[in-house]
Amino acid sequence: MTDKVKFSSTSTYIATPELMTSVNAALTLGRPLLIKGEPGTGKTQLAEEVAHSLGRDLHRWHVKSTTKAQHGLYEYDAVSRLRDSQLGEEKVHDIKNYIVKGCLWQAFDASAPTVVLIDEIDKADIEFPNDLLLELDKMEFYVHETQQQISAVHRPLMIITSNNEKELPDAFLRRCFFHYIRFPDRDIMEQIVGVHHPEIKKNLLREALTLFFEVRDTPGLKKKPSTSELLDWLKLLLAEDIPAEKLRTEDSNDLIPAMHGALLKNEQDVHLFERLVFMHRRQNKNN
Amino acid sequence: MFIDLFYRLRKAGVPVSVTELITLHSALEAGLAEASIDQFYQLCRTTLVKDERHYDRFDTVFGAYVHGSDSVMDAIFAEIPLDWLQRSNELDLTEEERLEIDSMGGWDALMEAFKERLQEQRERHEGGNKWIGTAGTSPFGAFGQNPEGIRISQGASRNRSAAKVWEKREFKNLDDNVELGIRNIKMALRRLRKFTRDGVAEELDLLGTISSTARQGGMLDIQLRPERRNTVKVLLCMDVGGSMDYYIQQCEELFSAARAEFKHLEYFYFHNYVYEKMWKDNRRRHEQAKNTAEIIRTYGKDYKLIFVGDAAMSPYEISAVGGSVEHWNEEPGALWTQRLLDHFKHAVWLNPEPEQRWLRVPSTRLIHKQMDERMYALTPKGIEAAMRRLTSNKA
Repeated sequence: MTDKVKFSSTSTYIATPELMTSVNAALTLGRPLLIKGEPGTGKTQLAEEVAHSLGRDLHRWHVKSTTKAQHGLYEYDAVSRLRDSQLGEEKVHDIKNYIVKGCLWQAFDASAPTVVLIDEIDKADIEFPNDLLLELDKMEFYVHETQQQISAVHRPLMIITSNNEKELPDAFLRRCFFHYIRFPDRDIMEQIVGVHHPEIKKNLLREALTLFFEVRDTPGLKKKPSTSELLDWLKLLLAEDIPAEKLRTEDSNDLIPAMHGALLKNEQDVHLFERLVFMHRRQNKNN
Repeated sequence: MFIDLFYRLRKAGVPVSVTELITLHSALEAGLAEASIDQFYQLCRTTLVKDERHYDRFDTVFGAYVHGSDSVMDAIFAEIPLDWLQRSNELDLTEEERLEIDSMGGWDALMEAFKERLQEQRERHEGGNKWIGTAGTSPFGAFGQNPEGIRISQGASRNRSAAKVWEKREFKNLDDNVELGIRNIKMALRRLRKFTRDGVAEELDLLGTISSTARQGGMLDIQLRPERRNTVKVLLCMDVGGSMDYYIQQCEELFSAARAEFKHLEYFYFHNYVYEKMWKDNRRRHEQAKNTAEIIRTYGKDYKLIFVGDAAMSPYEISAVGGSVEHWNEEPGALWTQRLLDHFKHAVWLNPEPEQRWLRVPSTRLIHKQMDERMYALTPKGIEAAMRRLTSNKA
């Protein structure tokens, strides 16, 4: 392909080689990229970072349970036209005044290639992905009201995220590249924390990550803390200027309440966590 | 041209299509995988596999493809529940079972011996007294008679008695990846889709607008109404383990079909019969069980309740206090089922056993009666009848 622009990790986002391959494949062949993964692993973030690093505009389309495929293309605002006709407005005679461009139309129209984020596609109705097949394939659609054919000037890079709440249809999947963002391992996690909090001290990071991965490994946790929650937590630790030693103090009363809230989002999990911190400290004492 | 890889993937159950194979070729032509085999692997995966559930299978096939041979070891290891290798101390075994393990020199020794033997053994084995396989007296394998044996890769238990055996720990989480060949079940489930109007008013009500505008003396008065949307809510309770192992395949198909069909689908598992607790994740069934009473409080009366189970058990498990095979139940299971049925007016029981056998099993007769004869066979025909019953107004 002509443009040799490639995506790689940025100063604010760590991408694994697998992820880079997927993004670059989607970029080169102009196909949509479907991203899945645990909540909080940076799926939505990816689109922003890709757009930023490629210097492209980002069009965001956040899908809700009531979203229809048509909303992304255009909407015909019949209601305001009707109202205008009652009030005798002049613009009522041209239907074009009432066609509102959707996110995909804007991206297709753009003079430079863009990035389109279709966020949480699984939230919509079962038929939603099926209704977008042709648009994603050919990157064009037809406006019935004005009898216009809209085709993309430049094929935008489409990044679609899903939280696995619904199965996506095969026909849709076949047109996409797919990548599942695995939960990062410790090495990657250190890099991720590094780009977000470069000022963090090594020993604090070590203690914090140990605790974090232990929390994640605890069986029975209702909701496992994610990368984004780890980053919030570290931000808190840094803001409060909590030293590494405090994460493993001997005093069992001193559980630093500020940090619970960022990592754990329900009561039972907090209890479990407290037990864990206690055990962790006891272990250190024995060593 | 990777045709071989393509067919191997399809054989392993990864749904790859020709389009995707062609995409892979275009990607290779575009020079996306010049650097290394790793990049080639990543490119293949991102092009051919569209679901993380298939990642593992893809890895196996790709590995075999690149190295040119299938690894028997990996296949066997994949079958060993991780729990056994990692969480042995968390298993709550009975005193007897502990003694049995001790006769092999304790749990660790047993697992050690197991791994060693796995190293030695490279092929399928049947009979005999040492190798891992079937029908032997070695402590390792399936269908054997050594009481302290480790059971590997059970397809189904040979004689269907609900003894307190190790294999009850081994409930597989129902994997919903059986998508092909279930079109007929899916069609039957579609009957459950019912269009009702509720939710946000967002569709123009033309008749309403005309009449309302007329009433306003010609001033436009726009009326909106909620759009038609699928609002069926389903609570699926499935029997896992024990005598149900025979039907786990069928249940997986149903589960897989059901998931794509409804807006709200909640599922719970139980073992043999419903008691005060059910659970959502088989591996975490002890930590994450949910009180049946809480389930009744949580989900509204508009949920349709579907039990899936073979209803074959000892009648005590239904009607007696303490009748459960797994724990001491303070109240009989029948009472809990009745509470569920009182709350969820629309309920059916799907039974994978052939219909003609039902009346010969006492427990099935009991449940059939308690369900007011709302028991249906787990066949497309039975499901269709069940769905008709669920959507009818008759409670």
